[in-house]
Amino acid sequence: MAAKTKKRKFSWTRDDTELTLLCLPTTVWYALFCFLPMFGIIIAFKHYTVTAPDRSFFYNLLVSPNAGFDNFTFIFQNGGMWDVVKLTLFYNIIFQILGILVPVTLALLMSQLYSKRYGKICQTCMFFPHFMSWVVVTYFVYAFLSTDNGLVNSILENLGQETKNWYVEKSFWPVFLIFLNTWKGMGYGMVVYLASITGIDATMYEAALIDGATKWQQTRYITLPHLKSIVIMMFILNIGGLVRSDFGLFYQVPRASGSLTPVTNTIDVYIYNALKTQFSPDMASAASFLQSIIGCCLILLSNWIISKIDADSAII
Amino acid sequence: MSKKQLEGIEKFNRVHPLTNALFTVLFTILALTCIVPVIFVVIISFSSADSIQQIGYSFWPQEWSLEAYSYLWNVREMIGKALLVSIVVTVSGCVLGLFLTATMGYCLSRPNFKLRGFLTWVVFIPMIFSGGLVATYNVYTTVLHINDTLWVLILPMAVSSFNVTICRTFFRTTIPDSIIESAKIDGAPQLQIFFQIVLPISLPVLATIGLFLTFGYWNDWWLSLMYINDRDLFSLQAVLMSVEKNIEYLASHASSIGVSAAEYAASMPKESMRMAMAVVIIFPIACAYPFFQKYFVSGLTIGAVKG
Repeated sequence: MAAKTKKRKFSWTRDDTELTLLCLPTTVWYALFCFLPMFGIIIAFKHYTVTAPDRSFFYNLLVSPNAGFDNFTFIFQNGGMWDVVKLTLFYNIIFQILGILVPVTLALLMSQLYSKRYGKICQTCMFFPHFMSWVVVTYFVYAFLSTDNGLVNSILENLGQETKNWYVEKSFWPVFLIFLNTWKGMGYGMVVYLASITGIDATMYEAALIDGATKWQQTRYITLPHLKSIVIMMFILNIGGLVRSDFGLFYQVPRASGSLTPVTNTIDVYIYNALKTQFSPDMASAASFLQSIIGCCLILLSNWIISKIDADSAII
Repeated sequence: MSKKQLEGIEKFNRVHPLTNALFTVLFTILALTCIVPVIFVVIISFSSADSIQQIGYSFWPQEWSLEAYSYLWNVREMIGKALLVSIVVTVSGCVLGLFLTATMGYCLSRPNFKLRGFLTWVVFIPMIFSGGLVATYNVYTTVLHINDTLWVLILPMAVSSFNVTICRTFFRTTIPDSIIESAKIDGAPQLQIFFQIVLPISLPVLATIGLFLTFGYWNDWWLSLMYINDRDLFSLQAVLMSVEKNIEYLASHASSIGVSAAEYAASMPKESMRMAMAVVIIFPIACAYPFFQKYFVSGLTIGAVKG
């Protein structure tokens, strides 16, 4: 039977039918929940109007008047899109750098702790925020920053300083948001890198030690090169996120405070507000189109660059 | 080399004791920043309204009290309903997601499967490109008509290409081809091979993905925010989200206890009740989490394998 299958390698077998049946439900899921919305992306080039409420979205979409690039010109000229893009990139570049630097450093430090048991305990604690939703984190933040009852204000009061209305003081929020994002992600990142550090062959360090390498040299020439491919992989996976922003972080945590808009109005908040509060699908769809396309290009581009430098590290 | 010798070398290769002390202090501080907020919220939920009025939120309230929880108990019907929604969504989402992920992962891991190339693209493209929020929103509400049903909380999160890739890599690297070949020679159809041979030996990866899904569903508030208007379908996270804006929302469900909603709202210990509501959500996670942490770590490591 094996020989027979080998001979008819390119013909359809019973095996293929069975496997097709097995993966059919998931394929249907992908078609409905991933690929169907992809066709809807042409909404960015339409003035979407619901002419027949009882017909589906696609019917209404096709009969809507064409807009060309009107929606895009509008969001850039009147919709303040430039500020949104600048703000999103500003946060994401910082998140990206800290998101690699902090966990890698922490993983390196943790691998040096004498007591592995204590390291495990700290690791368990630091992983915890990863499992909290942003809505819950909002409550944590509120407990500290609430104007009337917050801990920070009571400390300020006890020290004789003036209390602040934190949810309108926009100058502090970039720092808060960057801190929260790093805080929530550090445990997760640290665990990933720590796992690959512990996977390194211990005899390498032994050999280095016999050659008289210092701790720093061991890190520089053994540990870091081993981490390279996983760092690059995380980098490529995250780079598409340069034009995405965590809606929970920028909308929920500042409690959607209007006076904080200049420092929280990142692209996902913008799209959400355009869609749900201003009821302007034209603006929202143009912004969302840009987000999808630029994100996709960024991933492909960074992957291409990396494949030129170091073919093994590319993921595609 | 014996284990003892290796330990000796490790001991010699350690950092300076002072450096170690410094690192220990650093990690203690970091661990505290992650745990203290949780403890703080729990303490606030047990503080009396007077104490909060007097000294604000504090780690050491003037007076401890259970009133926040007793008021929550009065709206137990509503909280119970939200809890039920959360549990139903989490359990069914987890089961459905596991099924869809594992079947796809298995099919992609079969080297001779004719559609493998095509399906790899089907899984890969959504990783880098999506239709965007507006198109997705319109498709869900006007094409699939799943808004304001439980389906909208379950289906969109069931499959993720990341999980499928983890599964595929696991099947390809861990399950020997010879087992599947021999079952095939014995005449077993693929369905039987999958359910009776592959699934039982893949429990570690299924546990990991199941946990990813469970935490994902339990923590989800985005789908509720976008697609759920019917308050009967609010999950715990959605209730927590509404409570943040408007604690009186809870009072509107307390009419059964003999006072009007307005009176009830006036008497509520609002601040501690908010935090008590958050504790209701955190508590199950905090209890379950230490036991399942190791599966996450193993899952992250499996996922890190390039495939």
